[in-house]
Amino acid sequence: MKEIVNRLGKYALVRAVSLGLTLVLAVYLTIVIANWGGALDEVRKSQIMFEEQIKLEAMQQEDPLPPDEYHRRLQDMQERAIIRAGLHRPFPVRSVMYLSNALSLNLGRAEYMRSDYGSRQVSRILLERLPPTLLLIGTAELIVFVVGLFMALVLSRRYGSRLDRAIIALAPTSAAPGWFYGIFLLLIFAAVLQILPWGRMAAPGLESGSLEHALSVAKHMILPVGAIVIGTVFSSIYSSRTFFLIYSSEEYVELAKAKGLSDREIERRYILRPTLPPIITSFVLMIITVWMGMIVLESVFRWPGIGQAFFTALTNFDTPVIVGVVVIYGYLLAVSVFLLEFTYAALDPRVRVSIGGGQK
Amino acid sequence: MKALKELRRYPTAIAGMIIMAIFVIVSIYTVIAIPYSEAIRLWRPGEVHIENPNRAGPVWYDWFTSDRLSRTFIVTLEDEGVIVTEEPIGDGMKLVEILVPFEYHYDRFPTELALVHRWTYETQRPLVSVSWRKPDGEVIALHPAREILHRDSFPVYYISQDGELSRVLGHMARPEERAPTLSPRVGLFARDITDRDRGPMQGRYELIVQAEMAEGDSVSEIRLRVYGEVHGWAGTDHRRRDISVALLWGAPIGLMFGIVAAVGAQVSTFILAGIGTWFGGKLDGAFQKATELTMILPNLAVLIMVAHLYDPSIYRILGIVIALNVFSASYKVYRAMFLQSKELPYIEASQAYGAGNFRIIFRYLLPRMMPILLPQFVIIIPSFVFLEATLAVLGLGDPVLPTWGKVLNDAYNTRALITGHYYWILQPALLLMFIGFGFAMVGFALDRVVNPKLRTV
Repeated sequence: MKEIVNRLGKYALVRAVSLGLTLVLAVYLTIVIANWGGALDEVRKSQIMFEEQIKLEAMQQEDPLPPDEYHRRLQDMQERAIIRAGLHRPFPVRSVMYLSNALSLNLGRAEYMRSDYGSRQVSRILLERLPPTLLLIGTAELIVFVVGLFMALVLSRRYGSRLDRAIIALAPTSAAPGWFYGIFLLLIFAAVLQILPWGRMAAPGLESGSLEHALSVAKHMILPVGAIVIGTVFSSIYSSRTFFLIYSSEEYVELAKAKGLSDREIERRYILRPTLPPIITSFVLMIITVWMGMIVLESVFRWPGIGQAFFTALTNFDTPVIVGVVVIYGYLLAVSVFLLEFTYAALDPRVRVSIGGGQK
Repeated sequence: MKALKELRRYPTAIAGMIIMAIFVIVSIYTVIAIPYSEAIRLWRPGEVHIENPNRAGPVWYDWFTSDRLSRTFIVTLEDEGVIVTEEPIGDGMKLVEILVPFEYHYDRFPTELALVHRWTYETQRPLVSVSWRKPDGEVIALHPAREILHRDSFPVYYISQDGELSRVLGHMARPEERAPTLSPRVGLFARDITDRDRGPMQGRYELIVQAEMAEGDSVSEIRLRVYGEVHGWAGTDHRRRDISVALLWGAPIGLMFGIVAAVGAQVSTFILAGIGTWFGGKLDGAFQKATELTMILPNLAVLIMVAHLYDPSIYRILGIVIALNVFSASYKVYRAMFLQSKELPYIEASQAYGAGNFRIIFRYLLPRMMPILLPQFVIIIPSFVFLEATLAVLGLGDPVLPTWGKVLNDAYNTRALITGHYYWILQPALLLMFIGFGFAMVGFALDRVVNPKLRTV
């Protein structure tokens, strides 16, 4: 037991460090791309100039200056502030500065957007939008995982049956992203049947924390969750079923059958156990796609999450928020990959740590 | 080739191939029939579309309704049946009367009415008045405010938006109410003005334009536009553009984007995986790190950021998509397979005869694994087609190209689902779905053909 904990702990540490470094690299790359045409410098500069102007305005209240003196003073202050902020340094130096700001989510002020409490700090705005997105993705992925696994087991038991063939024929539906099915669901349930809401997270005017609010959220979740599930569940079933079929033709399964073990026992000990790691891998890859798909999905359903914040920022040319979302997405992906690799290692005793070479 | 033969055993693969073939044929037809510059011109918003109705449904709506839906038609001065009479009224002046007749046989009201009138004159603009005769002989005077009829710069009289006229018609329809209004498009056509549900009166209508002008002056243009509810096989959008242009051009653009991106992303990963595994060691390690980096780099978000910060032309987007997918997640899958086949005797044999590294990679290692690549390649195409649509839906599509995603974006921005313009969303969405499923069906079947392990168990 102790050995297992030791192994897992070591593995987790090595992977966390490795993924952390990769994340830093990814964010750095993002910053270099974003500042290719000088967009970040522009934003930073205009914010500094604005801050200095406010400072001078405040001084102006006590001790008014004549207009041309005021302008000279303002320019002087702004220039000094820009030098103080290090914006005159060459890009490699600046980029490291931006990198540490981005990694700590210290992304400055949004140009247009505000958080619900009126804050213009990018990190505030984005952290406020995170829970709704997590709620949506968490629910949908839980359903996809459980249903996918269960259906795959059922189908692999009845390989070649009509149900099997029908579900497999549906696997190509996953070629389309969730938002695409969202449009159809909205058309059917909101426009034609008018039984489910058009979008948003809850009916207006309900006190958050009350039962009515929770019910309303649940009702508003049906369509977006449904869209994600339809967009992913069939390919999830397909790939899990394939793994089950491959592993159920292994020799040790035949041996177990010969020993007269019950089907259930064989499934649990000899098929499910070795199949879980590859299934989890394909699940991670799917979650990553779903994270990305949220950008349009949330905009279609006007769900107040990270994706919609991204869309709003795009339509309002709010560059700090856009860069912020990219960074947060980087974090989310790194965390998803880490969590699932960790589960993988916990499930598969063959995974060993070798420092330097990474995962073998 | 054997794989293709075996594919025939899968009905889904055949259906998929038929869909693919249809899209390819439509693409070729489109590029020839509507050349690129023409497509761009037809999709640019502006005056070109003025004679199309606004947000009209597709013509096939007519097949599903018992009523005959109204269509757009235009009557001009040169048309048969238009009568121009002149009568001198003294003082060097004359009265010109232009009778514009047309037949109306639809069961629904038109959506808009507009009259274009241009005059050639020496000194003073002719004094114009317009009246309307219904098939039953009733004459309604349309007397718009003078300034509407007397602008040279903008010689269009939007009959259906004439507020004064709608008040007059409203009074005729419901005299008991205070300040009633009735839209001219209904009032001028109604069988029974008090009951709009009885639909339009069918038969011969006449629009009468009268103008007092100097002897030497004359009329240069009269155009009556009656806009209908359905137009073209795909309908029109909020800018009166014919959606069929975008539906047709969406096919070649989508296919091109999907295939080029799939080649750039999937084939490059495949080749790099071959090279990386063959040389192993540091190179392989570096490639694996790059794969991990690509996994953590939020692809779509970065793509959107770039499209937002720089100009989102389709070539730039394609370039970035490929760059972000060179070390895609399939690297690991391919690597695992190359590691196995690297040890096979025939590779050893080729080494023994002294083949160089790249000869071995490109002549022996990669070709052997082609069957693994092919289904992945076909399956990944639709996801890039959808990626293009996703960007367009976010408003980051190529600014000039007509694509399916752009139609969806317009429809979404104008809330077409809420206002009930379903055709606007359904047509591009169904096309996307067909192209997506077509490729995916072929890809999945190919997967089963070339990976017999999936089939025999």
